[in-house]
Amino acid sequence: MLKNTESAIVVQGLNHWFGSGEAKKQAIFDVHLEIEKGSLTVLMGPSGSGKTTVLTLMGCLRDVQEGSVKLLGNELNGSSEQTNVALRRRLGFIFQAHNLHESLTARQNVRMGVEVHGRKDRDDAYDQAAAHMLTLVGLGDRVDYLPGNLSGGQKQRVAVARALVSNPDIVMADEPTAALDKESGMNVVELLKRLGQVRGTTTVMVTHDNRILDLADRIVTLEDGAIVSDERR
Amino acid sequence: MTKVLARLIGRMPVGWLQLVHNKGRLAAAVAGVAFAIVLVLVQLGISGSMNRTIQAGYQLYDADIMISAEDANTITEGGNVARQWLLHALAVDGVASGTGLFLATIEWSELDGDTTLLASGIDIQRLDYLAPAIEAAAGPIRLPDVALLDSQSRGQDPERLAGISPQSPLRIELGGRRVMIADTFEGTTSFSADGNLVISDQTFLRLFPQRVSGAPDHILLKTDPGVSPIAVVERLRLALPDYLRIRTLEQAAAGDQNYQNTERPTGLIFGFGVVMGILVGLVIVYQILATDVADHMGEYATFKAMGYGSGFFFGVVFEEAVVLAILGFIPGVIISWGLYTLLEAMTALPMILEPNTAIMVFLGTLFACTISGAFATRKLNAADPADLF
Repeated sequence: MLKNTESAIVVQGLNHWFGSGEAKKQAIFDVHLEIEKGSLTVLMGPSGSGKTTVLTLMGCLRDVQEGSVKLLGNELNGSSEQTNVALRRRLGFIFQAHNLHESLTARQNVRMGVEVHGRKDRDDAYDQAAAHMLTLVGLGDRVDYLPGNLSGGQKQRVAVARALVSNPDIVMADEPTAALDKESGMNVVELLKRLGQVRGTTTVMVTHDNRILDLADRIVTLEDGAIVSDERR
Repeated sequence: MTKVLARLIGRMPVGWLQLVHNKGRLAAAVAGVAFAIVLVLVQLGISGSMNRTIQAGYQLYDADIMISAEDANTITEGGNVARQWLLHALAVDGVASGTGLFLATIEWSELDGDTTLLASGIDIQRLDYLAPAIEAAAGPIRLPDVALLDSQSRGQDPERLAGISPQSPLRIELGGRRVMIADTFEGTTSFSADGNLVISDQTFLRLFPQRVSGAPDHILLKTDPGVSPIAVVERLRLALPDYLRIRTLEQAAAGDQNYQNTERPTGLIFGFGVVMGILVGLVIVYQILATDVADHMGEYATFKAMGYGSGFFFGVVFEEAVVLAILGFIPGVIISWGLYTLLEAMTALPMILEPNTAIMVFLGTLFACTISGAFATRKLNAADPADLF
């Protein structure tokens, strides 16, 4: 069974390596981190500092090799694929590249975020939920557009809608503003912050975009795979 | 279509949407599947045609049991059977009657080419050993040097053959003798002869002077009404020497077909062709699906990160496989049907697209597509989502 606790994520003694044999290289060194529910935490650091690796380890996108990651009370070290799949459904992920499916319309892409919960008889309800979510991110008039016909900012907003549509416990965003201009980037992050506050969602965001920092509750900085500062506001 | 599919499979038809999004690739994929289906269907068609002509060769006769020499692997192969065994066979319980059957090929030479005919020489007292349709027309062959000709003979003008009747016979030369064709019957072209000729045993012995009346090629028997030919075959095997092949006519036909399919080069080549077609089809479909999975790896990784499990991905690829199988099957069958018609016109061999074969090939296509799809998703299932972006 999946459990609930006060902390959304608890990381203890996390180490991680890439490669194998002679080329094996440690990327994460003894990371401890506890993220409270309902907060917006930003993971900062130069490229290669391991911030994305930490995010993917916390988000069940990578197997934990050493140490402990408790996600919503569930230990990820040695967890089964079944547990991973169930936990991923409680997360909303937003990636650096929007990763929308080019063959699906905005509405269909967002629908994928609800359909994963798998009730098969709710066709119209799903469509409505998807359209409503798109309205919330300001794309109410673009629901039936294919991603190819949307701008970069619009696509990233579709991705936000897809991540939020099933009311996830935690939203994880990996450089959501990297591919966007200043204004679209700020829009997307403000949107995440606002929708997160309303829903009580925990948000963890990886970025090296300084403009975003004002919106964060907490800024954790990594360098060379270790935490070098942890600043609360 | 999308709505219908969504209802049908209980989720958004991602595979279908993915396929129709890229029309060019879809067309190429469908052409690939259709090509594989044509390969398999044409090979099956030719081998089916061979089997049909083998069976048709036996259907010229109305008999229950056939006694042949032990090396008679096909109806035209092997040594003779001494007529004395006919007399022994007639003494066996359950045998109603019997006759000798003479078989040999003969060239019918005309100015515009040769036609190879398989001549059946039959005792004029036992015309009931011919298939009923042939027997009905066989009266005239009681006269010397009179014959019935196969109306389906390859290389012959059908209208010319259709004009033949006892009132307007066709006079031809066969083996240096003048022979009168008094009528025609519907036989079949085969791989070894262009057509069939039915004559009396006396005419046969005149056309083939090296043959003797005491040694026909086969002995045909009819059993008493209500007696199982299989039981009679058992009794005959006890009564007659081991070096004779004693089989029901069906067993003889099946044995012939089996021999030609498994031991003759022609049959092996067709079987090999079918296997090649299936392999080529598997490779084509695997390539299409594997490329498609590779091209959508980013999207699939996102879905995996969102909590979709391996069942979902297999479902999407399976959905694509089914769509490709259906879309490829339709043109594949139409093209094959066209090629069948063309081959039939060229060879006069009976090329028939049987519904059973078509259904089998469709299920095979579906199976091949599914297996390929399962292989194509393996990499996806094994990887961490984070490694896929």
